[in-house]
Amino acid sequence: MIHCVLHDPHDSVAVVVVEDVAAGMTLTGLVLDEDRTLTLACVQDIPLGHKVALKDMAVGETVIKYGVDIGRVVAPILRGQHAHVHNIKTKRW
Amino acid sequence: MKMQTTFQGYRRENGRVGVRNHVIILPVDDLSNAACEAVAHNIKGTLALPHPYGRLQFGADLDLHFRTLIGTGANPNVAAVVVIGIEEQWTRRVVDGIRATGKPVAGFGIELHGDHDTIMRASKAAKEYVQWASELQRVECALSELWVSTKCGESDTTSGCGANPTVGDAFDKLYAAGCTLVFGETTELTGGEQLVAARCRDERVRADFMRVFDRYQQVIDRHKTSDLSDSQPTKGNIAGGLTTIEEKALGNIQKIGRKCVVDGVLDKAEMPTGPGLWFMDSSSAAAEMVTLCAAAGFVVHFFPTGQGNVIGNPILPVIKICANPRTVRTMSEHVDVDTSGLLQREITMGQAGDKLLDMMFRTVNGRLTAAETLGHREFVLTRLYESA
Repeated sequence: MIHCVLHDPHDSVAVVVVEDVAAGMTLTGLVLDEDRTLTLACVQDIPLGHKVALKDMAVGETVIKYGVDIGRVVAPILRGQHAHVHNIKTKRW
Repeated sequence: MKMQTTFQGYRRENGRVGVRNHVIILPVDDLSNAACEAVAHNIKGTLALPHPYGRLQFGADLDLHFRTLIGTGANPNVAAVVVIGIEEQWTRRVVDGIRATGKPVAGFGIELHGDHDTIMRASKAAKEYVQWASELQRVECALSELWVSTKCGESDTTSGCGANPTVGDAFDKLYAAGCTLVFGETTELTGGEQLVAARCRDERVRADFMRVFDRYQQVIDRHKTSDLSDSQPTKGNIAGGLTTIEEKALGNIQKIGRKCVVDGVLDKAEMPTGPGLWFMDSSSAAAEMVTLCAAAGFVVHFFPTGQGNVIGNPILPVIKICANPRTVRTMSEHVDVDTSGLLQREITMGQAGDKLLDMMFRTVNGRLTAAETLGHREFVLTRLYESA
């Protein structure tokens, strides 16, 4: 089963695509642009559609998805954690 | 898979091809909704398009009002039109605009007649039109004559990795086939605007696109009370896992595929002048954008959704595409094309695009969409500013 997908091999986050992803699970991730998989230890419960961090990220770092800047880190994020509005914000507006 | 090259459509008087055969009862203004709905009640097979506007508008806002109403009546999915307005002159302006297509159209002003007399005369015209339209036959038309629009809604992260790139794959194939295509949603390109600019055909189109994009950023700066994160992304987007406008925009632009070129920029409800991919300056609100696509002459719409937007349009069949396995399960009655298999590596992007194109051919040949069968007829006019 594919648990999460990422677009570009350089992405720092992946999208959870199944329900019931929980802390302690080993996730299989699909890299869409390369049609290969990777594995990742999940350390928090993450809802369907939400993002899991693929690397540790410090405050001020840029988050990459689709190989492109999608915003900045506003609270530290560890690999395997839930990455969303509580730790990432827009750089626009 | 080899793509079909023809479909069965209705060829209209001006040569354009429609995929539906509606007779619509079109109010010029809010005051005429009641008469239009009464006519549609009297005459089976007609469709009233009530809306809340059309009084004391002026300037560019009034121009857009007329362009939207005339474009809706002129759309090739419409066989004939009955127009009703409170007064004669603006009613005639809409009638004359639609008449330029050569299709049957009649207008009725309510003043000096009242609702009863207007409804009676308009019902007589509508009855003639419906019986005439019911004998029109579908004929074989070239795929290149098809005009296809797209806009996504209630997006989540599965839109960007599943439903939107499915539209992108289909758009790449339709572009190569010579179809006329449109996308829009000016604000929802924020964070991906440089990628769209890079896809523009030439410097002129790129300058047009950036002018339109920057103009709306100025509107936001003028009116915003926060960073807009209460509105873009929407609460539904955030519940679905989208975090920032940039992330939403990058998912959004998956709809224009990887090969299509942006050939030109359109104003709201403006008709394209040739085949290719057009960008229409528009709101990202679903019903507003789809209404503008219909008014610009598009005859079938691709609507990818993540969390489950239920939108339809009175005259434009809206095909819903979804890759979120939970939405496909919980809102199946709204989903025309399920591409959730993409996220489990069960199908390729090329197969997902072909699945959508297969549903497109079935739809333009006459199959009703989920939104049509569920009675979704959202007709929402875009306003630019306050009435006088």
